[in-house]
Parts: sequence; structure tokens; C-alpha cells
Amino acid sequence: MNDTLIGLAERVRQAAAAKAILRIRGGNTKSFMAGVISDAATLDMRAYAGIVDYAPSELVITARAGTPLVEIEKVLAERGQCLPFDPPRFADADGVLAGTVGGMVAAGLAGPGRAAVGGVRDYVLGVLLLNGRGDLMHFGGQVMKNVAGYDVSRLLAGSWGALGAICEVSLKVLPMPVATTTLRFDLRQGEALDRLHTWAGQPLPLNASVWWRDTLAVRLRGANAAVATAIQKMGGEVIPDDLGNAFWEGLRDQRDEFFIEARAAAERENSALWRLSLPPTTPVLPSFLDTLIEWGGAQRWIVAGAEDTLVLHRAERAGGSAFRVSGGVGDGAGYATPLAPALLGIHRRLRESFDPHGVFVPGRPMRFQHS
Amino acid sequence: MRVDPVFGDDGTPSTLADPGWANTVPPGFDGESAIAPSRLDEPPRAPDASAAAPARAAVGQSTLVETLKSLLPPHALLWRNEDTTPYECDGLTAYRERPLAVALPETEEQVSAILAACHRLGVPVVARGAGTGLSGGAMPHANGLTLSLAKFNKVVKIDARARTATVQSGVRNLAISEAVAPHGFYYAPDPSSQIACTIGGNIAENSGGVHCLKYGLTLHNVLQVRGFLADGSPATFGSMALDAPGLDLLSVVVGSEGMLAVVTEVVVKLTPKPQVARCIMASFSDVRHAGDAVAAIIANGLIPAGLEMMDKPMTAAVEAFVHAGYDLDAAAILLCESDGTPEEVQEEILRMEAVLVEAGATRLEISADEAQRLKFWSGRKNAFPASGRLSPDYMCMDSTIPRARLADMLLAIAGMEKTFDLRCCNVFHAGDGNLHPLILFDANDPDQLRRAEAFGAEILELSVAMGGTISGEHGVGAEKLNSMCVQFSEAERAQMFALKAAFDPQGLLNPGKVIPTLHRCAEYGRMHVKRGVLAFPELERF
Repeated sequence: MNDTLIGLAERVRQAAAAKAILRIRGGNTKSFMAGVISDAATLDMRAYAGIVDYAPSELVITARAGTPLVEIEKVLAERGQCLPFDPPRFADADGVLAGTVGGMVAAGLAGPGRAAVGGVRDYVLGVLLLNGRGDLMHFGGQVMKNVAGYDVSRLLAGSWGALGAICEVSLKVLPMPVATTTLRFDLRQGEALDRLHTWAGQPLPLNASVWWRDTLAVRLRGANAAVATAIQKMGGEVIPDDLGNAFWEGLRDQRDEFFIEARAAAERENSALWRLSLPPTTPVLPSFLDTLIEWGGAQRWIVAGAEDTLVLHRAERAGGSAFRVSGGVGDGAGYATPLAPALLGIHRRLRESFDPHGVFVPGRPMRFQHS
Repeated sequence: MRVDPVFGDDGTPSTLADPGWANTVPPGFDGESAIAPSRLDEPPRAPDASAAAPARAAVGQSTLVETLKSLLPPHALLWRNEDTTPYECDGLTAYRERPLAVALPETEEQVSAILAACHRLGVPVVARGAGTGLSGGAMPHANGLTLSLAKFNKVVKIDARARTATVQSGVRNLAISEAVAPHGFYYAPDPSSQIACTIGGNIAENSGGVHCLKYGLTLHNVLQVRGFLADGSPATFGSMALDAPGLDLLSVVVGSEGMLAVVTEVVVKLTPKPQVARCIMASFSDVRHAGDAVAAIIANGLIPAGLEMMDKPMTAAVEAFVHAGYDLDAAAILLCESDGTPEEVQEEILRMEAVLVEAGATRLEISADEAQRLKFWSGRKNAFPASGRLSPDYMCMDSTIPRARLADMLLAIAGMEKTFDLRCCNVFHAGDGNLHPLILFDANDPDQLRRAEAFGAEILELSVAMGGTISGEHGVGAEKLNSMCVQFSEAERAQMFALKAAFDPQGLLNPGKVIPTLHRCAEYGRMHVKRGVLAFPELERF
């Protein structure tokens, strides 16, 4: 077995014996979401990096957790393949897109293509997990269809370290689309949502959408003929490819105008940026300071006043959930929709079985208090 | 002092062998229960993380029936032998067991009350849909209750705007597509039993079908699952949004074979019906060319709506059954389908055709119309009944392997036919690498049955050695427990038991299925095949 892997497992066993805690990190690009526990030592996964296996005809890539996402995407692109769910890569303090594939799975975040093509968990085929006892365990595999035992590998997508450190991951990949086109429309929020729901019910190659400040942009992806026909059907202004692609990349990495402004305002402590996950047909929410809508209405980013908790209520009343990504007051109760009580017990027992000594400090989205 | 901020951990040190919660007295064992199980005086036992079956002594039939009589109308409870016998197996008829009773609840309140009562009594509960499963997942427990969801057969709501349908768990897979057809939608996963199987059963098995490569498995087409935990408390997994707070529990509930929760209501995603579908039927004179053609299609950036392979014996069997004009001289036949808008399909069919010709196809036919497309598929869809005509019994395997190994596997199976002196017809979901070898045998001959089982086990072990898995879509159930020992290490299996215990601390939901005990694996006596390392050097023969 690989020495680095043995070393990681040994560190976890030592931490468990010493009743110490560890914070798992990759590129450290999502610490703004994960929150920091100051007295936790770091389990740095970057030392365990590299692509283990990639066979384009299998549509599967297996990589070690510390492999930078940009490296994986580069290798895939050379063979005309991609991770279609557009995982955000985030920039580190130096502006480098340093996010790792392990961090991508642990955070479970997907970008603009999510509503059309599925999320991170839909592409996870297998993992090598280091649990809180220092055991290395494989779950899932490298094949498309696998129902042998419980699908623990998919459970790890978005687990934020609560069940252990992801050491290796096998992902399903897809061919890059033959054609991509961006269309732009001038529409108010309600009209834009209406239009999106109508299109979504039709066999159109609709791949991504975003609405912000009375502008709706949609990305079409598919066969040449399908995209060409859809442009005729849908109307709107065709955006030149270079402009369109740069725009979607910025949105994907949360580095476009909306996110830059929203984060700057949150840092000035006079507002907060919330992420709402909603049933897509949720009507227009009463206006907050700013709103950006993705995923055909299913993901809404809202900038609200620093002490405004109305966002949380609105999301829950619509049958969705909310999470305060940055800004706002304090870090305690009220920053996220709580877990349903029936599920809290399951979470607690899962946590106790994967990490009985509480070695790993999970990220903020996975910290729930007892009610 | 260290404070673990997660889920309000109280910091009590615990280990997997002795988790803090395992010693808790389960609800209902407060001594004040209205129903007094016969062995209430026995101390409740903690679930044993390495035992699949509930640890407590069995409750008698009369106690169970008396308890359930107060919760259900008379017609919803069966316990006489002649009434429970039809439930003694699922689609895997070789494995049979009669339950103590069968309950057919009509409301969610009844489901909850039944589960709570069984939880108090310590009676195992096996949920059941249409009973079409092929791995014995719904085989009853001899000391348990079979909980049929057959009466949960209503389509609750169709939301065309949100492209979702809310259906009760006993609704048939095909009935969903029929109900939403007027809106121009369908439900994409289409297991071959779709005319009979229920969506609840599909959730249990994470069912696939012939269109998974493009449209995904059950998990990818379900938003939310509502049901009850083993103690009768309600729980909702997933949400009407694209994600929900906390761990993605939906992803383990789907495919959990009824061991984590009992599902009563499901929200499925609907897919707009493609305007057109066309299918290419390609012949190959060599199985290796056919296998390479599959890899070439994928490597060329094509994702067919369906990509199926049949070998020569299978083709002969189905041709005799459906008379569709299949090429009987071909060593293997591929069916390759494209769907979408007419323009899209035309573009894709041309690209597929070019790849197949390049890969050495000896004969190509492209469906000119819907009637011809259905004719191409008629043989593939009748592979199982056609095999049933060749032999008194057949055993269907379900492993998945990397696509590049399809030809290797076919050749290895040909060798095994000689070793075990039994015939095998092969039909593969080639696009997914999912194999369905059908081993033909006569169950009345005990030696043939033994040889068929050994044949099947060898296919599964070879699949794991090739980097695959023992089950692609049929589930482990009662059938493939031994082969789980080959695929997973002891630590991995212990973690799966612990996962089950997190949902079902008393181990009452469908106990004894899916995860084999350490003891069972020791008796089976096969080694865990280490990933990437062929533990069977003799298999490196190709």
C-alpha cells in the first residue's frame, strides 16, 4: 500500500488514541463555507494526489483526493470528456483555482449544469474512505451500475468530512457536448421563471440557466442539429461563444460580478449571502437586496440584510432549505435550515459508527445542534 | 475539553463494537406496553454489529396475529397457510419461506402502527411490492411479517410544470409513464419487469433497465421518498428541491433492499418523451469485435439511449421465440439506439453507423420506422422467456464489469460451460457493462443445480476480479450473500452493518439479506478479492 496513505491512516489512529481532532483539507478553497475550528490540527490531503486510472471508453476516472480539479479536467478534455456538473473550483487566497477532487466530493457542490445533468453524487461511482478509526475501506466501484451493498460512496458526496476522509474517488465522466450556445433574453423574474418551466417540459437541449437583474441567460448543449433547432424555437440573442463560455465559467467558480459584489458587501458586515435550494416552481420571492437564480429556479442566491432571517423562513415555507454562505451575524443557530428531527438520530448514529471518537471536524454545513 | 460540534455529540466515547446507542433500551421496552410480548422478562439485547438476524427469540404467530388484528381490517391480514403461500417467494423462486403473517395495509397510519407493533414485539418485517425481484430480496422471514404495499397504488399528483409525479409506492413502474403520457412525459428507468414491478420495489433495488446509460438509474430519477423507520416513526429522504440539508440519505435508501425504511410515497422526476427513437442492429462475426465496438462507441463521444448485446445462442433462442429476422450466423449482435429530436437522431445514427462499420460489423440494419424498431427490440425483451423454453430452469446472473472486458468475459463463460457441463445464453446491457448470463439447468437434478450455482459464483468472482461488481441492478437479496464476501472486506461489511443499525438499531427490517455475516463468509471459505489485484492467478488466462 502507498506510504502516504499509510501515513494518513496512522495520523487518524494517533488522533483517535489521543482524543485529538483533525480538520481535513485539500486546496483550502472552501474554508469560507466550512468554517474553521482553531484548535484542530490539519489532515492535509494534497500529499495524496494523482490520477490512478483513466479509461475514456469506460467513462470513468479514478483519482486520489489531493488531485487538483483543474488537472483532472485538463486530462479529461484531452480525450474530449468532462465533468458535466460544472463543480465550482473556487480560487485560493492567491487567486489560483486550487480546489481538489476530494474537496469537490466532500462538499458536493455543483455548478450551472446541475439541474440538467445531475449533481456530484450522481457521478460518484466509488470511494476509498479513511474512517475515524483509521480503517481504509472501499465502497462502490468503477462501473456504472452497482447495487452490491449500501451505496456508501454516494452518501459521502456533500458529507463535509462528517464520516471520514475521502482518499480516492472514481467518477463517471461524459463526452463533451458537440455544440454549445448561449442565448440571452431581457425578462423580469416572474416571466423568466415562467419561460424556464415551459422550456423544461419540452425536449430541448437546455443545459443551464441564470437570471440576474432582468436578464436571463440559457446554455444549450447537445448535437449540432438539436442546438440549431432550439435556437430557432426559443428566440433570444445569441451570445458569441467566447463571451458566453467565459460568463458560465465565472458563474461556475462563483467569481462573476454578482458573487464578487455579494461577498464584498458581506465582508463589510452590512449584508449576508444566502443560498436557497427550492422546488424549482417556487414563485418569485419578495425582494431582498439582490437575487440571482440558477437551475431553472431550484437554486436562488439571495443577498439580504445582515440580521435578516426572513430568508430562512421563506425557503422553508416553500418546501426548501437555506444556508448562509457568508456575512451575517454570528455563526450559531439560524444560519441554516435545521435537520428534520427524524433524521437527526440517523445522522448521529451514522457519525458514531464512522467516526466513533469524533476525530474529524466536519464543515459547517454538516454541523447540526440537538434541538 | 473537546467538544464535537456535530449533531450535538455528547462526547461519550464509544466504539463500533460497543456504540453508545446500542445499549439503549429500545422504545417499547418500558414495561408499560399495552402488548406484552412473551419474553418481555428477557433483557433487550443490543444489535450485534456482525449479526444479520435479530438477536431476540421469535414471537409466535398467534401473538403477532392477535396484535395486528387490532390494527387492521380483517381482509388486510393473512395468516392461514393457504393465504400466505402465494407470498413465499419473489421472482427468485428457488428460495422460499412462509412468513408468520402477511399484512396489506391501506393507509400510512396502518403502516406506522404495524411497524411500531412489530418493533415492540421484536418481529422482523419484510416489505414487498409486486414480488418481481430476482434476488430473493422480498423472500419472507420465517419468524417475520411480510408487509405488502400492494394497496398503495394511487398516483397522488402530477405536476407537469415541475415535471414531477407523486405516487404511492405500490404504483407500477409502467403505470407512472402511462399516467403522465398525456402531458408528454414518461418515467425513464424501465426494468424489464416494468409492466408489473412497483416503484417501491424499484427504490429498494435501485433498478435500471435498458436506458440507464443515458437516463440514469432509479436514484437519478427520484427526488423524494417518504416512509417509516423500523419503529414506525415517519421519515422523509430527499426533498422537492435538488438537495436537502444534512447527509444525502436518499442515496443509501435507494438500493437498500428494504433494510433501512419502509417506503410509502415517492416523488419521481419526469422526462419529456423523445420525439423519435431509431435503432441500429449490427452483426459481428467475432465476440471480440462486438466488445470492441461497444468501447469504440463510448470512446467516440456517443451515449446511446440503449446499447445491448446478445451472443449467438441467445440470438438463436429469441429468434425461435419472436421470429424477428435476427442474423443467426453472427457471433454477437448489438442493438444501438438513439433518441431525441428528428435532427438529433439523424446526426447521431450517422455517427454510430460509422463507428460500427469501422469496428467490423458484418451486417447493419437501421430501423426505418417505429414498427421495425420494436421488432429489433422484441427479441432482446424476450430473452428471459425464450431461455425458459430451452431449459426447465435458468439462473440469471447480474454482475457488471468494465466495458473493455466484455469479450474476455464471453470467452471465459464459454470455457465455464465446458467446466460445468451446462449451457449459458448471454444477453448484456453492454453500454453499462452489465451482464445477464442465463445459465440453463434442470433443478430436478441436484447435481445440475449444484453445478449451476458454482457456475454462477465463478462468473461473479471473475467479475469482481476484473474490477466489477457482483450485482448491477438485481440486488444481493438472499441470493448473492456469499459473493458479497468476495467483494467486500470484513471492515467494509462491518461498516455496512453499522449503517443499517443507524436506521434500524434493532435490525428488524428485512434482516439476513444483503450483508453476509463474518461467520457466513468464513463458511463460504472464499477470499475477499483485493481491488486491482487478481487473487485468482489462474484467471489470468486471457
